[in-house]
Amino acid sequence: MKKWLLNWRLFSLFSVMALVLAGCGEPFISALQPAGEVADMQYSLMLLSTAIMVLVILVVTIIFVYVVIRFRQRKGEENKIPKQVEGSHKLEIIWTVIPIILLIILAVPTVKATFELADVKPMNKENRDKEKTLVVNVRANLYWWEFEYPDYGVITSQDLVVPTDERVYFNLKASDVKHSFWIPAVGGKMDTNVEESKNQFWLEFDQEDAEKAGGIFYGKCAELCGPSHALMDFKVKAVPRDEFNQWIEKMKNAKPVVTDPVAKEGEAIFNKSCIGCHAVTPVDNRPEQARTAPNLGNFGDRERIAGILEHNEENLKKWLKDPESIKPGNTMTNTYGKLTDEQIDALTKYLMSLKVE
Amino acid sequence: MSTVARKKSLIWDYLTTVDHKKIAILYLIAGGLFFIMGGIEALFIRIQLAVPNNDFVSAGLYNEILTMHGTTMIFLAAMPLVFAMMNAVVPIQIGARDVAFPFLNSLGFWLFFFGGLFLNLSWFLGGAPDAGWTSYASLSLESPGHGIDFYVLGLQISGLGTLIGGINFLVTIVNMRAPGMTYMRMPLFTWTTFVASALILFAFPPLTVGLIFLMMDRLFGGNFFDPALGGNTIIWEHLFWIFGHPEVYILVLPAFGIFSEIISTFSKKRLFGYSSMVFATVLIGFLGFMVWAHHMFTVGMGPIANAIFAVATMAIAVPTGIKIFNWLFTMWGGSIRFTTPMLYAVGFIPSFVMGGVTGVMNATAAADYQYHDSYFVVAHFHYVIVGGVVFALLAGAHYWWPKMFGKMLSEKLGKVTFWLFFIGFHLTFFIQHFLGLMGMPRRVFTYLPGQGWETGNLISTIGAFFMAAGTIVLLVNIVITTVKGKKAEADAWGDGRTLEWAVSSPAPEYNFAQTPLVRGLDALWVEKMEGKKGLTPAEPLGDIHMPNPSFLPFVISLGLFISALGFMYHNDHSWGLMVGIVGLLITFGAMFLRSVIDDHGYHIHKEEIIEAEKKGAKA
Amino acid sequence: MHVEEKLTAETFPASPEKATLEGKNKFLGFWFFLGGETVLFASLFATFLALRDRTAGGPSSDELFKMSIVFIATMLLLTSSLTSVYAMYHMKNFDFKKMQLWLGITVLLGAAFLGLEIYEFYEYVHEGLTFSTSAFASAFYTLVGTHGAHVAFGLLWILTLMIRNAKRGLDLYNAPKFYVASLYWHFIDVVWVFIFTVVYLMGMVG
Repeated sequence: MKKWLLNWRLFSLFSVMALVLAGCGEPFISALQPAGEVADMQYSLMLLSTAIMVLVILVVTIIFVYVVIRFRQRKGEENKIPKQVEGSHKLEIIWTVIPIILLIILAVPTVKATFELADVKPMNKENRDKEKTLVVNVRANLYWWEFEYPDYGVITSQDLVVPTDERVYFNLKASDVKHSFWIPAVGGKMDTNVEESKNQFWLEFDQEDAEKAGGIFYGKCAELCGPSHALMDFKVKAVPRDEFNQWIEKMKNAKPVVTDPVAKEGEAIFNKSCIGCHAVTPVDNRPEQARTAPNLGNFGDRERIAGILEHNEENLKKWLKDPESIKPGNTMTNTYGKLTDEQIDALTKYLMSLKVE
Repeated sequence: MSTVARKKSLIWDYLTTVDHKKIAILYLIAGGLFFIMGGIEALFIRIQLAVPNNDFVSAGLYNEILTMHGTTMIFLAAMPLVFAMMNAVVPIQIGARDVAFPFLNSLGFWLFFFGGLFLNLSWFLGGAPDAGWTSYASLSLESPGHGIDFYVLGLQISGLGTLIGGINFLVTIVNMRAPGMTYMRMPLFTWTTFVASALILFAFPPLTVGLIFLMMDRLFGGNFFDPALGGNTIIWEHLFWIFGHPEVYILVLPAFGIFSEIISTFSKKRLFGYSSMVFATVLIGFLGFMVWAHHMFTVGMGPIANAIFAVATMAIAVPTGIKIFNWLFTMWGGSIRFTTPMLYAVGFIPSFVMGGVTGVMNATAAADYQYHDSYFVVAHFHYVIVGGVVFALLAGAHYWWPKMFGKMLSEKLGKVTFWLFFIGFHLTFFIQHFLGLMGMPRRVFTYLPGQGWETGNLISTIGAFFMAAGTIVLLVNIVITTVKGKKAEADAWGDGRTLEWAVSSPAPEYNFAQTPLVRGLDALWVEKMEGKKGLTPAEPLGDIHMPNPSFLPFVISLGLFISALGFMYHNDHSWGLMVGIVGLLITFGAMFLRSVIDDHGYHIHKEEIIEAEKKGAKA
Repeated sequence: MHVEEKLTAETFPASPEKATLEGKNKFLGFWFFLGGETVLFASLFATFLALRDRTAGGPSSDELFKMSIVFIATMLLLTSSLTSVYAMYHMKNFDFKKMQLWLGITVLLGAAFLGLEIYEFYEYVHEGLTFSTSAFASAFYTLVGTHGAHVAFGLLWILTLMIRNAKRGLDLYNAPKFYVASLYWHFIDVVWVFIFTVVYLMGMVG
């Protein structure tokens, strides 16, 4: 009996804890587990506004519950006619002035944070210290992301790599339809517009929180952009500055090194058709209009196939065989003829060999 | 000038009617059907999202369903149902015999109806629109097929109907009030109708213009939104939201009006702070135009614009708060009867407060970068639209059902509907706040497992089925009531305060045998308190002038429908242009006929009125 | 006063457009309608201003616009507004024939304006500015074209009224109709003043 009670207690304790933890979501994607300066700022605004709003709700609820219980019509009161009250200036002034005060308390930090988050002066300085202020050009495309590091002449796709504990600045644009760039755990989103004028903003990635999240943050497209909008994910590897510098160096010099004979076969197939759109070196000097498909320079290091599937050969084969079944409406479908299983195997070997790490 | 009672078939009667009470029923039926369609679409959405990686519907179809759900619910369900309430009640509330423009009233309905029909035709003709109800320009230009064209032309036609309806109510309320019905004696539902109509007048033209641009770009080679030729898609976003934000108030202000009537009636008290309620309504309407860009905080307008729109948006919370407290204090000291309409009103207060406070949270621009386009926003606007507007429409339908149809809906079933709907509503949407904060973007057709969103989505789906069950009970209630409902008296709830409860249920076609003299706020209550049975007449009994029914509104709307179909296909088929022109000729021809044929209406003679009033009193 | 009553110059009221409830409703409703139209044109103007320099390599406004034609067109339309005022003056004095005469002149002036506008569009197309040339072109043709469509509709409307009532003369049933038609005509005129300033003058200054 007692044991049963204890179990039950433990169980309820655990379920409450699970609920609280689940209430905050996963550390790699939840805005409720902020992992950087921007997200922190937004989180504290959330807490402030929530506190004020809960106060409002409490006041309303207390009056509400009292009124609904106290003033319900009771038996025998059917013909009672209550006093017809016109209003009360005193009360009306109270519930006009108090909300105004509450809103001012909220408005001041809001305005302050809005300007703070829009401060992109360092990235636009004429003689910016390129070692200290990293700029990334983000280009959103129908269901894939391109990340260009203009200071280093390096391009990668799908996996954004950034240094931790410093402000990283972004230029945002879209090449086809409007998308929106969002890394929930690290900070709020900004749209990638199709117009010439680029959007700019900054984010900061905390080293500690990045480790808690497993080194990888999830990124999302937040603006409806077509059938596979839900699948337009990207990943963010946040690493210490040294590690980042090393990575950039490797990227600068990366070239496909193919030794395996099957992979060589794959390279031949790739160079016959795929190369028209996909580059295989992170250094790609073509203008962006010509870069119509993800850069595959470090494909072997990627976190996911097509942004969503686990990174393994099997999934890559699935993708190559029928991309439409994985990302409906993607722009790769029907750009190449039917591949035999051997050809797919060869391509897979080749693509997986494209690594810098 | 004939007064012979014309025997007509029921269908022809409704096709040609210009009587506001019958048009109200048309709006109710059509809006109700579209509400059910939108609801089924909502269920499909929730089924698809119940579990991760679901394949109940495909990605492309999902986008069509989500687009049609939003578009249908706003334009084809909420708007016409609000118009149903306005038509059924406002003219009687101000002591008028009809609206200012009965012919245009009918035209407004048929335009809405054919617009809605056209939009839904897309399901059978190659696929529905799939760029969201906001139809942002870059995606809507990219979208293949004719789905977006159905959206553009369908909304253009139905929007025209709404605009006409808005002007009609403005003039009706200014010009047609009974003697003594001063502005500050108007019932609050009339006031909110008045302000909402003004909003319609100024908010719909920008939508019209936006839709024209989109139509030009998609069908006639325009370049408004093509950046390659100098176009700019942000223009669409501005135009859409200059319309879109006031649209929220167009829907929710009449909802406030409905609740003001219900709360006052069933608390047996006059509305607390009537004049500040009127003031708050007008202020909300005014501020509603100053805040559209809070839908665009992440577009990149810069911190100055974002900060201004953030603060302006917060300001709206003040008049809204005034309203909430006035309702609470109307109930304070009252003698509250928990009828079905009152249950909705009582359930509305906490629900809407939730939607209101998350609105303020969204207004904090810097934090909104996190909320925007996430499920947090989905939760927020459903709390406003369902917790505010849909609750009000359900409440209003139960409240005025006896006035519209002469029979009382079953209270028992009504309460079952309320509880199912209320519980389902909170179950569905409360958890979505957290889904959004946990990183779930809106408008996703599926999601991968392992992101912490499974439980929340499943709960949300279960909630949706509660709401569906509530709706089914309501339909059963309607059928049972129609077959064997209790006949309603003039003052159906026994506590009526405003003029509509002074005329028989349903109201005679001329509304008032004698135009009443209004002697105070809550005109009927004033008379009751002086121990009088009826209203004080302002004129002697005499012949009543009535407008003639007309088939032309139907034809005018049909012409536009045909024309839209033709122009949509003019790039694919050679007959398209021809059909488009023929449709326009039908429309303009019917308008020409309306212009040249005199329509002086007819009279109902005094004797017939006396006869009808006797019958009405007996029944 | 009853709508169909036959009236004389003595019994005709001072404001015939507002003498009946129907007339009052029409009068007020039309003013509201013009309020909506104002917002419609404001949206078109705003878009035009945003896109006026987006010529995408096509002809720009200062290359295309010719003052002479636009100036004549403006004068024609301004004058037609004046003539419609005369028509309303005679309506209030119950002088049906003179009203018809001045309305006829209004229609002629309006038609001449419309003709010039069509000629102007025709010229621009020949000089390489089609509807699809650039965002500027689309915005220009849509703004000015919407105004042109309003003029065309106004002409048809006034003509229909003139012909329909030619034999019947003036009464309280049709007086409000004439009145709101002339109101509409003034509105079109005001919009044109803005088009002349914003599109043409500002376009030619650069």
